[in-house]
Amino acid sequence: MAVMSYRQALHDTLRAEMLRDPDVFLMGEEIGRFEGSYKITAGLLDEFGPKRVRDTPIAEEGFTGAAVGAAMLGLRPVVEIMTINFSLLALDQIVNHAAKIYGMFGGQRSVPMVIRTPGGGGQQLAATHSQNVELFYAFTPGLKVVAPSSPADAKALLLASIRDNDPVLFLENLALYNTKGEVPDGDTAGEIGRAAVTREGTDITLVAYSRMAHVALQVAEKLAADEGISAEVVDLRSLRPLDRPTIIESVRKTSCAVVLEDDWLTYGIGAEVAASISDGAFDYLDAPVRRVAMAEVPLPYAKSLEVAALPSANDVVTAVHQTLDAVGRRSVGAH
Amino acid sequence: MTVETAAGDTPPEPELVQLLTPEGQRVPSEHYDPLIADITGDDVRSMYRDLVLGRRVDSEAVALQRQGELGLWASLLGQEAAQVGSARALRPQDHVFPTYREHAVALCRGVDPVKLLALFRGVDQGSWDAVETHFHLYTIVIGAQTLHATGYAMGIQRDGAIGTGDPDRDAAVIAYFGDGATSQGDVNEAFIWASVTNAPVVFFCQNNQWAISEPLERQTRVPLYRRAAGFGFPGVRVDGNDVLACLAVTREALQRARDGEGPTLVEAFTYRMGAHTTTDDPTRYRLNAELEHWKLKDPIERVKAFMVRGDLADQAFFDGVEEEADELAVHLRAACRALPDPTPTSIFDHVYVEPTPDLVAQRESMTAHLDSFEEEAAR
Repeated sequence: MAVMSYRQALHDTLRAEMLRDPDVFLMGEEIGRFEGSYKITAGLLDEFGPKRVRDTPIAEEGFTGAAVGAAMLGLRPVVEIMTINFSLLALDQIVNHAAKIYGMFGGQRSVPMVIRTPGGGGQQLAATHSQNVELFYAFTPGLKVVAPSSPADAKALLLASIRDNDPVLFLENLALYNTKGEVPDGDTAGEIGRAAVTREGTDITLVAYSRMAHVALQVAEKLAADEGISAEVVDLRSLRPLDRPTIIESVRKTSCAVVLEDDWLTYGIGAEVAASISDGAFDYLDAPVRRVAMAEVPLPYAKSLEVAALPSANDVVTAVHQTLDAVGRRSVGAH
Repeated sequence: MTVETAAGDTPPEPELVQLLTPEGQRVPSEHYDPLIADITGDDVRSMYRDLVLGRRVDSEAVALQRQGELGLWASLLGQEAAQVGSARALRPQDHVFPTYREHAVALCRGVDPVKLLALFRGVDQGSWDAVETHFHLYTIVIGAQTLHATGYAMGIQRDGAIGTGDPDRDAAVIAYFGDGATSQGDVNEAFIWASVTNAPVVFFCQNNQWAISEPLERQTRVPLYRRAAGFGFPGVRVDGNDVLACLAVTREALQRARDGEGPTLVEAFTYRMGAHTTTDDPTRYRLNAELEHWKLKDPIERVKAFMVRGDLADQAFFDGVEEEADELAVHLRAACRALPDPTPTSIFDHVYVEPTPDLVAQRESMTAHLDSFEEEAAR
């Protein structure tokens, strides 16, 4: 067990998988000599050479499509798309090809590829470079979408994604790269499609993924310290498949929930989570499921406006208060 | 010049159109001289001024970013001649689709440089009037504006504003982009559309040879201007550090477009002397010798040398331009710092032309939230 950053965990895992399996190779813009816009591929070009660490032309649909082809014939490409925003340029290759070839070709060819890409606002990159469009992919049967929030999960899920026989969109987050945590040694892959209860509690369930799973833990600690509220945190980790049983089990225990997401509210991931809770825990609910999401605007570039638009820990605290007020359980030890 | 590449090779360098050598000597050209025969000493002095002021806006903006006054800046250093030469070829009715680096083109189109700073400061989303200046707002997504330019050019066709012979009516569009953008699907599709519709658009590629850290060899195996042949329209490579050559070549291309003869690809061969943007550090991936080599081809120095050789300007003129640049710099610094911060609720302003009920509710909720702080402070 070592303490390391999310960035380091990704780097080390990529390297270990490249050492383990010669069919694993990397493609993307700026990943070689520049070592990746976020330095995940630092040193890998020197170690593995340009055949396995390929700097590509600025042609997202081109290299994503090429990866689909490589994967169909048995290689295990790990594509880095500089940010998830640029994946929109490769949307057809991801949604119509990576996700559908296995079915459209009658199961003759699977597409064991990984698309690593960070989402997330808060870095003053403006509206076209700050989006959280993982929903597009989570919406698409044939794709798997994972969104680890901790260095340990980053490792476990990247191992699982590279070894998976289906295409996986591996969502990273700009705000998580420098976060640190304990990472187990060894190379045990995680299970795609499994959520984690990252903090146990009894009063309310907070459901989140990626950066907001971090925020959820912070808020839960603060609520416990300041107000004696016991919040349980469910970190989804995987958006497709979605681990509904873990969410439902938690809400059956706490009887209320707030869903945190970094994307837009309407039709967002939180809507799917809320619907799942309604399906599986309707009789247990003491209050409507609330969602905390960003303002429904293109994310501004100005720092102050960006802060105003993004969901904050305070927004979550407010939502928790509103929910607990609705069930008359706000004060310490009131239940 | 050689550039080290992973593949270890360099594409052959074709002849480029050059009317001024790096030493400022005029190179005669049977084909291009008539295109700039009308250029007077006043015109050259005025272009020199644009080059110097363009560079000064840029260097001040980089400094302001370093001081935390701007969030980001994309430097044009080294590309002044490509921008000024091409922009000075435009007529008022021609329309420009820039990337985020065309600051000198903006100046030539009469855009107040403070408005460029405001955009990068995050005060607004670009406040110059794109219709009045015929200078579109900056497009951030690489290459996307080439398609918008092609669509605009098809609109000019529909309006019958080409091939009438009326110099005040016939119009063309110029789309700026870089060498990296030529790998994008958008740009290739723009080439196809412009070609098959014979759209009046000039594709002006400033080949500055670096797409962040990726050298030209990562984008192409042939000189970029030759790509045009495959799409069925002419391509020409011009010395991008030669303002006169850029003017002549762009004039010709724009006139072809206005005459209804369709698109042209101009490849202005230049060099990005600075970083990709202020977030980048090029010393990590390219050789200093390359930079030193290109310093000798400076676009401003060669015009100055040309003017001195030809007695087109005296020291008083050069001093005057320098003084004007200093004054502009002082003005820019003060004006930038004085730009007011936007109000938080302005995030809701331009999502839809008619705000939706949901957005109105979100705005009201935010306003109430903000007001609560003032009420608290008042207590």
